[in-house]
Amino acid sequence: MERIPILRMGDLLLVTIQVDMHDRLAMTLQDDLTERIVRDRAKGVLIDISALDLVDSFIGRMISNTAAMARVLDAQTVVVGMQPAVAITLVELGLTLHGVKTALNVEKGMALLGKTDF
Amino acid sequence: MSAALNNAVVFESELLERHRPDRTERTALPLRSDEDVVALRKHVRERAVAIALSLVDQTKLVTAASELARNTLKYGGGGTVYLDALGDGFRKGVGLIFVDNGPGIPDLELALRDGYTTGGGLGLGLGGSRRLVDEFDIDSRPGEGTAVSVVKWKR
Repeated sequence: MERIPILRMGDLLLVTIQVDMHDRLAMTLQDDLTERIVRDRAKGVLIDISALDLVDSFIGRMISNTAAMARVLDAQTVVVGMQPAVAITLVELGLTLHGVKTALNVEKGMALLGKTDF
Repeated sequence: MSAALNNAVVFESELLERHRPDRTERTALPLRSDEDVVALRKHVRERAVAIALSLVDQTKLVTAASELARNTLKYGGGGTVYLDALGDGFRKGVGLIFVDNGPGIPDLELALRDGYTTGGGLGLGLGGSRRLVDEFDIDSRPGEGTAVSVVKWKR
């Protein structure tokens, strides 16, 4: 089955979404991430969406849900690298990614997660 | 009128011919699976690039297409999307018409309201995509189907 790889770095999980995600793939990622947070005792999740040229309501909801689930499992989530055109479209669509921390790039996202010495 | 895909009887909405005066080309694509939605996004992006829509307008149109295609799949039980190249002599545009033979939408005004959903989603699909395009029309008949037509013009 098609999957998006999740990398572990210390107590962080890193995900770079590089494919045009269909809905099932987005759901699989959400499930995989929550499972890995528990299995790897992760404290932070960094999701890089700089390669995504579209975030629609389904992908947006997946991101919000993942962040909420991570929080319940005592891990923080930061979404990094959103393209400006995607941000404009998201807000106009009515999605605000409530409760999701964002950063401009991976480095700033790492800093938000308290990892300045990587 | 091009024949429906898979010999399915298509909801005969007059919206299907909505773009006829300005239409220079039409492609019909099936909407039966998640993968079809991804394929549609790619086709729409190509059309948007071909008429040199700005990156923001490309993104808005592709996002609207993704939302509406999901509606067709989820609420209409699948259907067809017509991808139209438009030109009225002064400007160029991309038109999309989504059509299904699903149960129809009983209360359109309610369905267009943000946050209203019957499918467990966020309820942003219809109302949200209306904000992302220049023209938005919907025709739905209970028991017959739903057709949604959108247009994005090159500014």
